[in-house]
Amino acid sequence: MKRFTDLYTALDATTRTGEKERLLVEYFSSTPPEDASIVLAILTGNRPKRAVKTPVLRRAVSEMSGVPPWLVAECYEQVGDFSETIALLLPDDCPAGTDEPLHRFVRERIGAMAGLSEETQVMALRETWSGLSREQKLVFHKLIGGSFRVGVQKKLVVRALATVAGVELAVMDHRLAGGFAPDAEAYETLLRTEDETDNAARPYPFFLAHQLDAPEEGLDAALGDPRVWIAEYKWDGVRAQLIRRAGQTLLWSRGEAIISGQFPELVSIGRSLDDGTVLDGEVLIWRDDSPRPFAELQQRLNRKVAPVVQPGLFDRDEAVLVAFDIIEAGGEDLRSLPLQARREKLIETVERSGDPALRLSEPVRGETWEALAKIRAGARSRGAEGLMLKHRLSLYGVGRRKNPDPADPGWWKWKLDPYSVECVLIYAQAGSGRRSGLYTDYTFGVWSDGPEKPERELVPFAKAYSGLTQEEIEKVDRFVRANTTGRMGPVRQVKPELVFELGFEGIGRSDRHRSGIAVRFPRMLRWRTDKKPEDADTMAALEALLSAQDGGRA
Amino acid sequence: MGSAPLVEVTGDGLFCRAAGCHIDPWKPVERAIVTHAHADHATPGCGRYLASPTGKIVLARRVHAGAAIDAVGFGETIEMGDARLTLFPAGHILGSAQVRIEHAKTGETWVITGDYKTRPDPTCEAFEPVRCHTLLTESTFGLPIYRWDPDELVKAQINAWWRENSDEGRTSVVFAYALGKAQRVLGALEASIGPIGVHGAVLPLNEAYAEAGIALPETVHANKETAGELKGRGLIVAPPSAAGTPWLRRFAGPGGMSTAMVSGWMRVRGRRRWRPVDRGFVLSDHADWPGLLETVRESGAERVGVTHGSSRQLARYLSEQGLESFVVPTRYEGELGTEREEEQAGSEAEQ
Repeated sequence: MKRFTDLYTALDATTRTGEKERLLVEYFSSTPPEDASIVLAILTGNRPKRAVKTPVLRRAVSEMSGVPPWLVAECYEQVGDFSETIALLLPDDCPAGTDEPLHRFVRERIGAMAGLSEETQVMALRETWSGLSREQKLVFHKLIGGSFRVGVQKKLVVRALATVAGVELAVMDHRLAGGFAPDAEAYETLLRTEDETDNAARPYPFFLAHQLDAPEEGLDAALGDPRVWIAEYKWDGVRAQLIRRAGQTLLWSRGEAIISGQFPELVSIGRSLDDGTVLDGEVLIWRDDSPRPFAELQQRLNRKVAPVVQPGLFDRDEAVLVAFDIIEAGGEDLRSLPLQARREKLIETVERSGDPALRLSEPVRGETWEALAKIRAGARSRGAEGLMLKHRLSLYGVGRRKNPDPADPGWWKWKLDPYSVECVLIYAQAGSGRRSGLYTDYTFGVWSDGPEKPERELVPFAKAYSGLTQEEIEKVDRFVRANTTGRMGPVRQVKPELVFELGFEGIGRSDRHRSGIAVRFPRMLRWRTDKKPEDADTMAALEALLSAQDGGRA
Repeated sequence: MGSAPLVEVTGDGLFCRAAGCHIDPWKPVERAIVTHAHADHATPGCGRYLASPTGKIVLARRVHAGAAIDAVGFGETIEMGDARLTLFPAGHILGSAQVRIEHAKTGETWVITGDYKTRPDPTCEAFEPVRCHTLLTESTFGLPIYRWDPDELVKAQINAWWRENSDEGRTSVVFAYALGKAQRVLGALEASIGPIGVHGAVLPLNEAYAEAGIALPETVHANKETAGELKGRGLIVAPPSAAGTPWLRRFAGPGGMSTAMVSGWMRVRGRRRWRPVDRGFVLSDHADWPGLLETVRESGAERVGVTHGSSRQLARYLSEQGLESFVVPTRYEGELGTEREEEQAGSEAEQ
């Protein structure tokens, strides 16, 4: 418990990724498997179940600290983290804490708690609290609350474990795919040296494109003859490699995570491919011959899946892989072939497969930059974000190079500018975690009607909390406190006065939003101090964006 | 109470009609009693000021040049109009005072605490509890999550951090408000660890403390000349506004620098991480929750007004304990009873 608390506290105290990784490597290389396996499970999202309900905790802390329940709630509002709130409220009478090994603590103090009556739970809590330091209390509450989150990405954990085991990152990722159950033996197996089974799973590093910033008129000069480029739609999906080797199929996302479980219909494409094939493309939900908004793909990604792929798990098989490259064929690495040659092999492979879930990314045709720019301008009506430009002679490189090499011109993404709307701040909520205590989470509204209707009102349509500078955040925070017109729990309604330009990447209809509209990646582009609230946009403006997008697709 | 209260809230701040005098006014007024010299309590431009003797030394450096400042010793009673007025130490910073006002005819007594802490602090006069009928207390940290660890523990943490940095060739930088917090931090340092540098804004206030006879460790003005000596092993005390400036960067040691914030707000992790510093030490010049409750109890007051910070919460809590209590608005609040925490953090940490 001590080592884990120290690890948690140290991870929490730093924002440096390198330092976090160092702490993890140190922890995993020096902790007995019985304890390390529990921590690994927690860090990879396999958290212990909630052992004690929040009301019971609340009651126990109120009893033990003498702080009335309403005041506990007030404290929580300021702290932004319930586990921490309780730790701060309880008497700090055991600064040294407990030496109990984590696995025993989890078994005896947490696992045993679940079946007890409420009364007994309160007693057990008081008994456990009396032996814990303040930091250990915080960790204890996170463990019994069933929502333990540490500010560590899974990828970082995988990297640290790969270092501890002395294996490649992708190998460790594959070994950890499908989750990890807290088991000491499984932990030891995980840390074994590389073997044959690891090789078949390994993806290639994804080749990434640069953002093209040159104006349209400058493209001749910047990129030369458009005919030496292959232009394709840039889809808003999940970039992925489909790997078929040794009779097995795996789907890796660009985050180097295995997403096979969420897309069984894409895994089954593998059966139509030769052994030793790796395709690169974009995973999309495709219906009526066009891609669906990202939100639908997101639902699929979020679905919890069993480590073993079960065909027929999803109601409709409508995910597709739009393949745009082939990186391995016949077990041979094709990355040093020019794109033109890879593309021929890709066409052949897709045709031979015949699986409907595998689609070929079709180039768009334009003899001049002007013609291509016109196609790009209409990309949204096809459900795309813009165009991709890939030189016919480009090799499949590694990562995204800082300075594109003129001799190896590579890939460019030529995205459309984000949508933007001017809207009014109507609600604010204090941030949690590192932004607790400051009003940083905002809801914005647009007018229901034009100014000709005096009874028009502001309709909430998007939430955003990024895009402002620290100084601006503090200013808005001050405004919120001085101009609160109502409270709904932690949310404050404010005088509609501040106007912001909100940018977003996509727009779609939604039954879950009051405005009937959902936007993707909303963020504040700028604070329009030059605008009055009556200047803000109306629902009609959002409808126009929506129909411009839907119109072309219908 | 049938008649007007002894002390009332006006557009200019707290006002005592009987004495014909404001207390910590928000705007320039004729006569002002100033509890302490922090910017949210000491407004420049008033006709006459009244402060404690040590408070005067500090105040003279903070309000307008040539200000007329009278001093009255702690515990000495003076007559002002129909009121008798006495200052008592508040323990917040050097010269900080609580104001006791007694109506000469009715004997009704009010105490305005100003900012205060009940813990002993070698850099200022120790807080004294004062009995009264009505107490106006601050409540910057008026929530039970705010309970301070013993000062010795925090001092040891600060020195351990400095020592570790020094061993690794990292310069230590503590961001602290130039008046009060900077001197409190200086007083906590073990000078044997290494050289101590201070930002130019801290210098004149250190002089004021020296003038009042407060012993602080030896420091140097952190500048181009002393940078070589401070780099990698020294500790620099600077106002938060110095963060990220070229001035500060010149002191980076071979191991870089490590920055820290010293404030009661650092008790909460979210606040700690929100500040772009490496460490947060929980050392405050305000009373914690037990300190606030103790002060209320010891005052024997029947009525308690609460101001600053979590005033709404503390007032409600005191009401539930059977005391008559109410929220006293401050100039920072557009809405009665909301906390203006960052402003408070400001008064404690920076301006």
